[in-house]
Amino acid sequence: MDSSLRIPILKIGDILIASIQVALHDASAVQFKDDLLQKIHDTRAKGVIIDLTALDVVDSFIGRLIADIAAMAGLMGTRVVLTGLQPAVAITLVELGLELPRVLTALNLEKGLSVMQRLTAEIGDGSV
Amino acid sequence: MQPMVCQIKREVDLYLAMSRGRDLAATAGFSQVDRARIEIVILELARNLLVHAGGGTLTLTRLNDPERGAGVAIESRDTGPGIPDIDLALQDGYSTAHTLGAGLPGVRRLMDEFVIESTPGVGTYVRAVKWRVTPQRRAIYGC
Repeated sequence: MDSSLRIPILKIGDILIASIQVALHDASAVQFKDDLLQKIHDTRAKGVIIDLTALDVVDSFIGRLIADIAAMAGLMGTRVVLTGLQPAVAITLVELGLELPRVLTALNLEKGLSVMQRLTAEIGDGSV
Repeated sequence: MQPMVCQIKREVDLYLAMSRGRDLAATAGFSQVDRARIEIVILELARNLLVHAGGGTLTLTRLNDPERGAGVAIESRDTGPGIPDIDLALQDGYSTAHTLGAGLPGVRRLMDEFVIESTPGVGTYVRAVKWRVTPQRRAIYGC
């Protein structure tokens, strides 16, 4: 697929940050999942922040994908924090029945970073 | 108001239908949260058409009821395999396509009115309506 349609994944220290800026179509959503998991593997990131500030609609397909990514990253020993859910997105996710119970969230990117710093400090350097 | 009929055959049709629904809901004066609800219902029903029935039609209609006021109706029609057990399909967590099964029960919660009719081997019809003014609290929690 055209690389310009890919969602950029940035690395800051031990943390990856991906900000979803456009409505995810099926192909780009699946591409994002693959890219993110590969990048976790390549960079040995301890945490991933997915920022959804720019999304105003999250349907069950995207909700499920986010839950999947969090579960898969968790299997790789990486924590996922979701940030910036719009009020309408939070309302409709709960009404859809997708509360994402195992996904950590924070109000915005700044708070997400501090949550992530606390989490990754607990993980330590992975030598334990 | 002339209904808008959207043929759903490929994934791109989902987003075309959603975009038309967004315009319709904005024109009808819906709040931001209600617009999101309407867009999601269009996406869920259109995706069901693609995944379970190999395509179908979505019809978007702007309503103007003397009692209820402005509203939007979303109707989904297909000639797919049908749903043998509708009660089961409306349960949270039930899905035949290895998904989380949020689709139909979610659609019902997002909207004010929800009707589904299905005949195995013939097809499925769904009608979901959102009114701009939700009249009563019990409409949300069913009590």
